[in-house]
Amino acid sequence: MSDLTAMTLAEARDAIRARKISSRELTGAFVRAIEAARPLNAYITEAGEQALAMADAADRRIAAGRMGDLEGLPLAIKDLFCTKGIRTTAASKILGDFIPPYESTVTQNLWDAGAVMLGKTNLDEFAMGSSNETSHFGPVFNPWRAKDSNRNLVPGGSSGGSSAAVAADLCLAATGTDTGGSIRQPAAVTGRVGLKPTYGRCSRFGIVAFASSLDQAGPMTKTVRDAAILLKTMASVDPKDSTSVDVPVPDYEKLLDGGIKGLRVGIPREYRVEGAAAEVDALWARGADWLKAQGAEIVEVSLPHTRYALPTYYIVAPAEASSNLARYDGVRFGYRSGQARDIISLYEHSRGEGFGAEVQRRILIGTYVLSAGYYDAYYSRAQKLRTLIKRDFERAFETCDVLLTPSTPGPAFAVGAKTSDPLEMYLQDVFTVTVNLAGLPGISVPAGLTANGLPLGLQLIGKAFDEATLLRAAAAVETAADFKHSPAKWWVS
Amino acid sequence: MSVDKDTVRRIAKLARLAVPETRQDAMAAELNGIFQWVEMLGEVNVEGVPAMTSVVAQKLKWRQDEVTDGGQADAVTANAPGGEDHFFVVPKVVE
Repeated sequence: MSDLTAMTLAEARDAIRARKISSRELTGAFVRAIEAARPLNAYITEAGEQALAMADAADRRIAAGRMGDLEGLPLAIKDLFCTKGIRTTAASKILGDFIPPYESTVTQNLWDAGAVMLGKTNLDEFAMGSSNETSHFGPVFNPWRAKDSNRNLVPGGSSGGSSAAVAADLCLAATGTDTGGSIRQPAAVTGRVGLKPTYGRCSRFGIVAFASSLDQAGPMTKTVRDAAILLKTMASVDPKDSTSVDVPVPDYEKLLDGGIKGLRVGIPREYRVEGAAAEVDALWARGADWLKAQGAEIVEVSLPHTRYALPTYYIVAPAEASSNLARYDGVRFGYRSGQARDIISLYEHSRGEGFGAEVQRRILIGTYVLSAGYYDAYYSRAQKLRTLIKRDFERAFETCDVLLTPSTPGPAFAVGAKTSDPLEMYLQDVFTVTVNLAGLPGISVPAGLTANGLPLGLQLIGKAFDEATLLRAAAAVETAADFKHSPAKWWVS
Repeated sequence: MSVDKDTVRRIAKLARLAVPETRQDAMAAELNGIFQWVEMLGEVNVEGVPAMTSVVAQKLKWRQDEVTDGGQADAVTANAPGGEDHFFVVPKVVE
């Protein structure tokens, strides 16, 4: 095989099972590709040596005929998942030297299935951002560049290191987390697949918490089939996360085939927003035609509270973040300031020096909306809006099985283009954030290129715990789009 | 309702976050921009709408009240920025 790193997860799995390649060969190819791609800054921590050791262990199990579902397959892990003995930073100075003494449940599930860890990928600090520019470890560059341009673009966020790593063939697949769009938006602007499962489908244990009622882990992959494979292993009920749900995990890959004849696809009219690129609307219409041509029925639906989703999110998420991030105090772990005069100033300076600007902004918003006198006006009202947003979806799903929408308002933008105005950055998540507020599963599938050669995605939204139907519909979009593009490897000198 | 420098100082105190004097005006302006945008939620009639408490219909699980973990002082204090003999060391709290 010519380039091992260009394989999909499914292809690599089948090649390993057929003993055509070893995990060591495959892992070695990725370790070399990662070293050559350092200009992208996709990884915060490379774990080449451990990866090769894990690959050797996998090869021994394969030789002994004991094969897990992901045996010998090298993956990238967003640096928000705690990995025992390997630095986990959340891309923050405050956790810059943190070495977890425990493993997150999702990653443990992956290692139990035989997977190999290549390293920890970059992200926005504490997953707060939509462009990977708030990372303490510097921005990630999108492997894609516009036609005839040398300008560096953002890879989306917050899972920007993971999206770049998948698009640049620096892993077979990656894990991400999604609080307001952090899996789907970066996948869309890098031309790859990103799936946010239903809230409760994957355990949150050992994932650095941002907004606990919205956070959910999911796969970022090259194909829909790969997402189905990875989700099956990532998902589990877990006694260490009381919100993980005891619903059987089906074999999503087996359920992929079967087509979409008779599937009712809802088109929410409120997702035609001002400011979205014309190409985005055109692609959306094409997506509906693709599904119709394969036997789906297209129905127009209404989600009347859509325009309130982003402001609701920017109350709920910071409120939960301000509470979750209270644990970083410079006492038990993490960064400690040298400026402290007493215990209070130890807290204040450790946090003031340890958190970046966006994280501080959100902690202050959250503290404000939860403070006496403002709680009812902001937080309570937002939680009521959240109920209305969820009801919108329940009503829509009375007449359809999945929803089709754009993934993002436009393609990847230039590094630095939207950092001066927080609101402009927040708008990147306008199509994805509703799904988190309602706890539903959503997936972004690469669907086409803009006139200047940058990828765009389409999003499908499913009913709670119906990832199987969602993936089947996504596979139909994937087949019709026939998106075979990859970025030119300009970073390899 | 607008956020001024004093409000920034007050919530920064509540959040145990040192925001330097030189950053406070800019932070007030940024927060104002965000709160003005959020004001649009006031348009919606939410009377009689219950606040969301759980996004997925589920009952929280019960378990036996028993010790399932512990006795790991080394692991618990391994990352402490100031620590000695399984203690977390902080500046003097009691005179």
